[in-house]
Amino acid sequence: MDHDELQRIASVERAAAKPVEIRCCTSSGCRASGSAEVLKQLRSAVQAKGLSDRVTAVGVGCPGLCSAGPVVSTHPDGAIFGKVTADHAEGIVSTLSGESTNAVRIDPNQPFFAKQFRIVRATAGQIDPERIESYIAADGYAGLYQALQQRPDEIVADVTASGLRGRGGAGYPTGLKWATVAKMPPGQKYVICNGDEGDPGAFMDRSVMEDAPHQVLEGMAIAAYAVGANQGYVYVRAEYPLAIERLQAAIHQATKAGLLGGNIFQTPFEFKVEIRIGAGAFVCGEETALIASVQGLRGTPRPRPPYPAESGLWDRPTLINNVETFATIPAILRNGSDWFAGIGTGTSKGTKIFSLTGKVKNAGLVEVPMGTTLREVVEQLGGGTADGRAVKAVQTGGPSGGCIPADLLDTPIDYESLGKIGSIMGSGGMIVMDDTDRMPEVARFFMEFCADESCGKCVPCRVGTVQLHGLLTKLVEKRATRHDLDLLIELCHLVKDTSLCGLGQSAPNPVMSTLRYFAGEYEALLQPEEFARPPRRSTIPLTVV
Amino acid sequence: MAVVTLTIDDKPVSARAGESVLAAAREAGIRIPTLCHLDGVSEAAACRLCLVQVEGRGRLQAACVTETAEGMIVRTQTDTLREYRRMILELLFTEGNHVCAVCVANGNCELQSLAAEQGMDHVRYPYLNPARTVDVSHKQYAIDHNRCILCTRCVRTCDEIEGAHTWDVAGRGTLSHIVADMGQPWGDSVTCTSCGKCVQACPTGALFRQGSTVAEMTRDREKLADLVTARRDKKWTV
Repeated sequence: MDHDELQRIASVERAAAKPVEIRCCTSSGCRASGSAEVLKQLRSAVQAKGLSDRVTAVGVGCPGLCSAGPVVSTHPDGAIFGKVTADHAEGIVSTLSGESTNAVRIDPNQPFFAKQFRIVRATAGQIDPERIESYIAADGYAGLYQALQQRPDEIVADVTASGLRGRGGAGYPTGLKWATVAKMPPGQKYVICNGDEGDPGAFMDRSVMEDAPHQVLEGMAIAAYAVGANQGYVYVRAEYPLAIERLQAAIHQATKAGLLGGNIFQTPFEFKVEIRIGAGAFVCGEETALIASVQGLRGTPRPRPPYPAESGLWDRPTLINNVETFATIPAILRNGSDWFAGIGTGTSKGTKIFSLTGKVKNAGLVEVPMGTTLREVVEQLGGGTADGRAVKAVQTGGPSGGCIPADLLDTPIDYESLGKIGSIMGSGGMIVMDDTDRMPEVARFFMEFCADESCGKCVPCRVGTVQLHGLLTKLVEKRATRHDLDLLIELCHLVKDTSLCGLGQSAPNPVMSTLRYFAGEYEALLQPEEFARPPRRSTIPLTVV
Repeated sequence: MAVVTLTIDDKPVSARAGESVLAAAREAGIRIPTLCHLDGVSEAAACRLCLVQVEGRGRLQAACVTETAEGMIVRTQTDTLREYRRMILELLFTEGNHVCAVCVANGNCELQSLAAEQGMDHVRYPYLNPARTVDVSHKQYAIDHNRCILCTRCVRTCDEIEGAHTWDVAGRGTLSHIVADMGQPWGDSVTCTSCGKCVQACPTGALFRQGSTVAEMTRDREKLADLVTARRDKKWTV
């Protein structure tokens, strides 16, 4: 593979494209509601109407509006149809010749689409994720080519200058992480892509892996070149079979095309990628647990330092980034770090994908520039609640995050602002709640999740989450007293301050943030004390801010 | 060899570079409570009892895995740390089925002594009363999971000192439990050498010699560390 060959593939692919394309989403969401059959019917309708010479029906990645799936769109006219069934297929093909259809039309200019800024999801819903040619025709692997024309330290400097921060949740500066691994003495190094997305209600990374598997691989290859690694692993949870299938196919295609393997773009750079499949443990999204799992060990976290950058997979320097982080890299290489740094806010650059779920009208995936307010996302892109009830709170960051009350919805989405109001950016889950949702029950749900998913290694997380869940249950069932509420708050502090890894340290967040903003709901559930208790002697504060 | 000086509980302390805060404190006669730490094997940093406050670091640090550094200021006995230690012990007592009065390790139990030492005189959370099993299939020893606190000292001892790796952990969260080999009865284990090192390592009455009754199970833990030193330095203590 060389640059000419890459361009040749792209031009052959573009030349072969038919003037009109009917695109049908084939990713998990739409597939679950029958899009495979829809695509089949679309193809036969095109054939039956004798339009094959100028129209083609193709399977594409997720256009984002999952609540309207299966979604079909026609191009170049840009019409979008939702809740499409196989019966609608013929009608949709007929619209190309100006006829009407009973398929549900979706306004392509509504804020859900118009207000998005797509970098990571730029090709999602437009290209066929199962064909490398389709990705190459959309400038795919041009970023890798560009990277290989530079020195590794120049790329690290570029990524640093772009201001990109880790999209897995914590927001660690990506460039700094790359620089640390790059500065470790030469020798065996690894790159790992964390695709163990596990937050309830989060499916951004699944979609990126399904819609643009090559983009993830390209990002990893650029990272590997920058830090001096020759072997990569994509760790994907077993619950994402389609992502695994598409990544596997993508690795095969890229290797065959000479974009992975040895002698990439006729340089000495070599990079191989393998998939590792998770076995259903949420904690394996934590980097040290993930690394243990890749090594075939029990997936439990270990204390840091040493950080993986210094001693990771098989005790070698290891760069571990999230799927979305890697998928952002090719665009930064193609368009330059200044372009990327120009998007977003002072400390949070670029865009972030959110999976908008819960009591929201337009559920699905949105990619917005950092600094967009929560209100814009929920009310404009999301269209508010489905049945017009009042939005009560928005939960971000999953079981590690917090509930943000409706009166703080004007908070801009950036790492610092969300942290200040007791939540986190997290990996991108965004659950909208209306006035029928009761916050102590929300907190109990997340605590049950954490108790189930605690690996059991350290005591505060293993037992603390179970006791917290017990106290929350007692509270929700109106059996708790003021004393129990005090115990609950103390225990939140213990689990937060003393747990070994991020899972435990952040497990109390849903409780603490709902206590902070919806204390009245907790108070209302309290029962009178059965007997007088001695004065409290603990120095642990009973506040949650 | 490089040496660093630091302050632990207002006392100036010297330490070899790379030494842990726990080791430095011990050498200086400052006691930091531990449960999963065992001399001679690697650290798990799992019990969280040795958490200390290090000036300039936002999070509490586990003394067993925190390297000493020049000028470091460490506090091991703040009110909050003491309270957290009591709470962690409370949690451990609620998790298993710890009935000292009928336990082989009564009077020789690290969990029991720590509770007494740390002033954990009552438990404020409900007991979880889990249904756990007792495995007496081994010829000489037995494991009573009711008394296990999942410190993994046996796992590390078996793996790192004996080299058999008979023990490991299965399950997740409070359902975690110690298993022999692939989860078969201890007596059927093909890797177990019956050396008894795990029995010496256990801090509670979970692993014990068959035939011992209440309060009869004593341990000789120093032997484990002595073995490690002997192998490494070719130095035998007898």
